[in-house]
Amino acid sequence: MDNTLQAACDAIVERFSAEQSASRQQITLKLQPQNIVSACRTLRDEFDFEVLAGETAVDYWPQMAPRFHVIYLLLSLKQHARLTLRVPVEGSNPSLPSIEGVYPNANWHEREIWDMFGINFEGHPDMRRILMPNDWEGHPLRKDYPLGYEEVQYSFNFDEIDVRKPYAKG
Amino acid sequence: MAELTEVTLDELRHLVSDRAIEGESVLLNMGPQHPSTHGVLRLLLELDGEQVINCIPDIGFLHTGIEKNMEAKTYIKAAVMTDRLDYLNTIGNNLVYCLAIEKLVDLDVPPRAQAIRVILTELQRIASHLVWLGTHALDLAAMSVFLYCFREREMILDILEMVGGQRMMTTYFRPGGLWRDVPVEFEDAVRQFLRIFPARIDEYEALLTKNPLFLERTRKIGVLTPQDALRWGVTGPTLRASGIAHDLRKFQPYSGYEQYKFDIPTQTDGDTYARYLVRMEEMRQSLRIVGQALDGLPFGAVISNNRKYVPPPRAELGTSMEALIHHFKLWTEGFLPPEGAVYVAVESPRGELGVYLESDGGAKPYRVYWRTPSFVNLQILPLLSKGHLVADLVALIGTIDIVLGDVDR
Repeated sequence: MDNTLQAACDAIVERFSAEQSASRQQITLKLQPQNIVSACRTLRDEFDFEVLAGETAVDYWPQMAPRFHVIYLLLSLKQHARLTLRVPVEGSNPSLPSIEGVYPNANWHEREIWDMFGINFEGHPDMRRILMPNDWEGHPLRKDYPLGYEEVQYSFNFDEIDVRKPYAKG
Repeated sequence: MAELTEVTLDELRHLVSDRAIEGESVLLNMGPQHPSTHGVLRLLLELDGEQVINCIPDIGFLHTGIEKNMEAKTYIKAAVMTDRLDYLNTIGNNLVYCLAIEKLVDLDVPPRAQAIRVILTELQRIASHLVWLGTHALDLAAMSVFLYCFREREMILDILEMVGGQRMMTTYFRPGGLWRDVPVEFEDAVRQFLRIFPARIDEYEALLTKNPLFLERTRKIGVLTPQDALRWGVTGPTLRASGIAHDLRKFQPYSGYEQYKFDIPTQTDGDTYARYLVRMEEMRQSLRIVGQALDGLPFGAVISNNRKYVPPPRAELGTSMEALIHHFKLWTEGFLPPEGAVYVAVESPRGELGVYLESDGGAKPYRVYWRTPSFVNLQILPLLSKGHLVADLVALIGTIDIVLGDVDR
């Protein structure tokens, strides 16, 4: 790891009490949701991470709590360096601040995460579904969203089958 | 079941100007079944006469749930789905997915396989640019360019069919190398293409580069400043036409791109014409890379012999017990990569194509995220189209070079 990238990581670890980890030549910083906006701004303005390459989420239900991690993939063209930020968010209907003000292209990424995972972004100017139809129920990339093969529920056995269905209840 | 609801103007209130509410400007629906939207892109336009005030893209008509589907398949079987993302860059999608797995499980790829990967990826880049050029010119009413472009594209598709048995969805790249070696006719076919194609690029340029009608329609249309390009995370030729020489093949080389000599074409104007010039020059640079890779094509194996991840060849099954066991294990259970996450990106014809692959130690990917260039680049359309005419909007959709399969996944 070169010095500038090291300096960037150190600054984020120090200022926002992030946890740094590295595997397969990739550096990941784990942050708390309340720090994500200022951490992104620091990385963009002070350490040349001028591009948000991608933003996504991972669902660890049921084996891990908190269940969702939001992942930010940053890219620096000047240093040719990449950095991954990882933000665990609490609960089944979580919410965290939007970074749309720092990286405008987070707009569609965050809409997609809302659509696919049901994670809400506070302060996002246009929080609508993006890929699924407007009236879609559920968030498809959640691990408790079935990929077909569902037991058919009729009105007489709806509750009985619902008990067996593997989804996060409540 | 919820009742079918429709999007009302109230929900889009924050995206249009006050004049739309008062009825002074017109809201017009363009697409999704409009030939100039390059697939199933729907645009909600707010117009003042013919001038675009606001453009609201509505995507998702081609959403096929590929990320979710891949979570339900073993690593090898999921590779088949990657072709279906960006159907003009199928080879490139295979490549980035294979590179991600190879990084995840630490698998080496033989030099011959790497060189063939480079040759095919660059040919695919040319094929993709040819579709872009043909449709872009067609949008601007230059009909004949389209026919010429598709003639040459067919030569490349023939080469893909020769190596993979399919014109488009080849799944020819496999984790650890290639499905099989290229046939003997391969080299002649590629050399034939290398011989013919430079003159053909000159032909296209003769039709367009100094054509006053084309210049009129492309110069100073949709100017993207370098600052905006970075803010919006734009990559690929669209970024390079704004004066930023960023190309992952140079700066984070993969598959042995560091061995080949090529330039990164850039322009500084950032308009539709600049993006056209960049892509034309990219085709020439791709030819250079293909020529070098073909001249230095090494002999040897085309797939790793690490039997924990790569199925053994058919011939071994009859004689080796070990091979039979590996074959059975790999095609039923699949392989089990160690836990962890990787992000790998390559330079696709449209920009940075990345895959974020997370493994929980099981036989199926825990999470696959596709960072597709079309999805990110399409976001600048409202910015580019503001103040232009509807006819120019058609040129702008073409110049960003989107593939809706890549946008919607």
